[in-house]
Amino acid sequence: MNPQIRRLFLVFAFLFVALIATTTYWLWRAPDLEARQGNPTLIVRELEIKRGLILAADGRTRLAANRRRELPDGRVWWLRRYPRGPLTAHAVGYSTIGRSRTGLELSMNDYLTASNANLSTIVDTTLDKIRGIPRVGNNVVTTLDLAAQQAAAEGLAGNCGAAVALEPSTGRVLALASSPSFNPNLVETDFDSIEAITAPCRPAAPLLDRATAGRFVPGSTFKIVTAAAALDTGLYTPESRFDDPGFCTLFGQQVFNFSDQGTPSGFGNVSLADAVENSINSVFCNIGKELGAGVILEYAKRFGFYERPPIELPSEEVLISGLYRNGRLYDPETDSEVDPGRLAFGQERLVVTPLQMALVAAGVANAGVVMEPKLVERIVSPDGDVIQRFEPEEWSTAVSPATAADLTAMMVQAVESGTGVAAQIPGISVAGKTGTAETGVSGRNNTWFVAFAPADNPEIAVAVALSDQAGTGGATAAPIARAIIEAALGRNT
Amino acid sequence: MSLFVVAHAVLRLRLPNADPFLLPLGGLLSALGLTMIYRIDPELAFRQGLWIVVGVGVFAALVVFLKDYRELDKVKYILGVSAIVLLVLPALPYIGRTINGATLWVDFGGGIVFQPGELAKVLFVIFLAGYLRDNREMLSYGAAGQGRLPSPKHLGPLLLIWGGAMLVLFQTRDLGGALLFFAIFLVMLYTATARWSFVAAGLALFLAGAYGLYQVIPHVQTRVGSWLDPWADPADTSYQLVQSLYAISSGGVFGSGLGNGVLLSPEGNPYIPFLETDFIFSAIAQELGLAGAAGVILLYLIFAYRGLRISMLASDGFSKLLAAGLTAAVSIQAFIIIGGVLGLIPLTGITLPFISYGGSSIVANFIVLALLLMVSDRVNRGERT
Repeated sequence: MNPQIRRLFLVFAFLFVALIATTTYWLWRAPDLEARQGNPTLIVRELEIKRGLILAADGRTRLAANRRRELPDGRVWWLRRYPRGPLTAHAVGYSTIGRSRTGLELSMNDYLTASNANLSTIVDTTLDKIRGIPRVGNNVVTTLDLAAQQAAAEGLAGNCGAAVALEPSTGRVLALASSPSFNPNLVETDFDSIEAITAPCRPAAPLLDRATAGRFVPGSTFKIVTAAAALDTGLYTPESRFDDPGFCTLFGQQVFNFSDQGTPSGFGNVSLADAVENSINSVFCNIGKELGAGVILEYAKRFGFYERPPIELPSEEVLISGLYRNGRLYDPETDSEVDPGRLAFGQERLVVTPLQMALVAAGVANAGVVMEPKLVERIVSPDGDVIQRFEPEEWSTAVSPATAADLTAMMVQAVESGTGVAAQIPGISVAGKTGTAETGVSGRNNTWFVAFAPADNPEIAVAVALSDQAGTGGATAAPIARAIIEAALGRNT
Repeated sequence: MSLFVVAHAVLRLRLPNADPFLLPLGGLLSALGLTMIYRIDPELAFRQGLWIVVGVGVFAALVVFLKDYRELDKVKYILGVSAIVLLVLPALPYIGRTINGATLWVDFGGGIVFQPGELAKVLFVIFLAGYLRDNREMLSYGAAGQGRLPSPKHLGPLLLIWGGAMLVLFQTRDLGGALLFFAIFLVMLYTATARWSFVAAGLALFLAGAYGLYQVIPHVQTRVGSWLDPWADPADTSYQLVQSLYAISSGGVFGSGLGNGVLLSPEGNPYIPFLETDFIFSAIAQELGLAGAAGVILLYLIFAYRGLRISMLASDGFSKLLAAGLTAAVSIQAFIIIGGVLGLIPLTGITLPFISYGGSSIVANFIVLALLLMVSDRVNRGERT
């Protein structure tokens, strides 16, 4: 048996040498592995840097701060704490060792650790190193208005959904809330409790930022885009007349108006403005057939669809809005691939984020110009010097000022006497549009309210989206939007 | 440390001619393991220390009281059946415990849990050694000359015991254990018969079985998937492997030094689950670097060398097969788990012999050591006289 045993030893020797070779291989790959998200070794090295603060728009309220921890060997680690807990969890994100980073903690990491390539910071950090002073990161001042943020979080509580509020003239994000939320302080220490969060939707997915990455069907809120296309092409005016028989014929099949929209026999002879006010599907269906899917999608793109909104969040946390097929973004090459009638009233296979719909409202509010959404206002050094300011920038021009004015008038009418009456605020003229998108399962509607105010001089545009709702957008989402607007405008009075 | 001096003294007195390298090797590996575990969790290290004491106690008892290990040959069928009984135990109600998806533990009450698979491994090797020695000729040459299949009479009990063990292992979802038993079986069969055709047939059987399992058990699919592409889902299914690779790659040549590695979160939780058992090699590679990791691997290689040397020098078939089988068991087990945490082969959870935390594993490995040394003593005594 000895020859066999000798061969056996050779096999073992070969196997063990293979193990040493593999260990060496991973050592050689170390720089590549180190750059990966989720590798705790790099994050731990950065724990010796005192990260910069993340602050609310007032420049004082701390959304992310540090906790000093002395190790037994005398080294000091700076761990993160989030004084506002779940309130700004999705926008601010978290920075942990075990579960890496998300939100602004990830996208602003270079500023927060003062490792952004800038001559003065390089000089500063090198000097600090020589002096043995711990490196201190730069502070990030966000655009978040805590009053609006609070109103959004309170309004959403108990639901699955999200709300985004923008300043139309600058694109500044005043509120960005997603529900259910989570306590970022527990991500490192008690992740089980976050996984145990329940909500009236499945999965509850508290870590998902529904405001920027939630997949919602826009429903009637997309009629703003269709109406914009109808008016801006010059084919229609707000006074264009339509006969509403109560349904629209698509491919030989009758598509009826939403069940609780007035009489089954239809609204009779109406104007485009009336159709927006009462959200009449059949009218938009016929407009869609007339314009064609290509034109409607062209206007959607002008509002930012099919592009990732350039907000300062990690790109994997921001979803692109548009038509989706098999879970993938899909841009039809010919009009015949898409049902223009259903597209016109926001069904078809449209998937949008609340951020995108807020951008639509903000674009209408800002005379047709969509501003880039900005979540960061400025970067401030530990001494208080402004290192960088994020100036407002135009993202795209969606429609002409005249079209924007016509759309505003129609949306004001919808709140004054149409589907959006629940968003009325005494003394302030609100422009808004409801949405109730059917997902095919009863009690599982996506409900919406998209609005801006004051209509004559807009200071805030909001989009509120809820999933798994039995009611309509006017009943469920509009009151939340109103509360956010009131909170944001209250700041100015 | 003093414990091993005592153990060594017992050994020298009882078995003066035994291999002088093996016990220090086992001592070195378990001391290294103890140090690593202490760095991860001092309380666990204390318990591991107790288990090492028990292991050395069992080792000494065997050396002192088992006059002639060849007596074991006579009870091989009892041992073979007991191996299967031991493997079935965890699957029984009331005493069986399922931990982390695998049903491997037996609860004796009072917080003492035991993993009978480790002991079954030793019994299995003893059974195979005895059985293969008896039927070596018939298995090697077949019923009627070279190249023919051995008759069912000779192959039967072998396949029965082996099949039973495999079935139980698959049932309890212990994939690492199944792989180990299978490899031991093939190695011993080859050593006894020198027939490559058995190895080839065995490998073919293994691949077929593995493919079948892959189709049936989702758990196996995720394991194979994360082996093929660990980066596809680093946060969930391949979290352990990816964290293990991060740890290994960050070690450098000499490591971060004991206690300086990034193994624990500020709250003291390891980033890699099962760091003190299955993934202890990753911890060693990070803190002691390539030098330490390669050192550990070389220690196992020396172990394999000394063990197989005993086997080659032994004069009777039972001793040869026993020594080869026991050595193979330790070496292959080390390869399966180190290869697993390195991503070289699909990851299956078994312990790293002598180093990993775990009482059953430590005790079983000291039994292996005792048996090897007894064979060795006999061998060298025979040489001298």
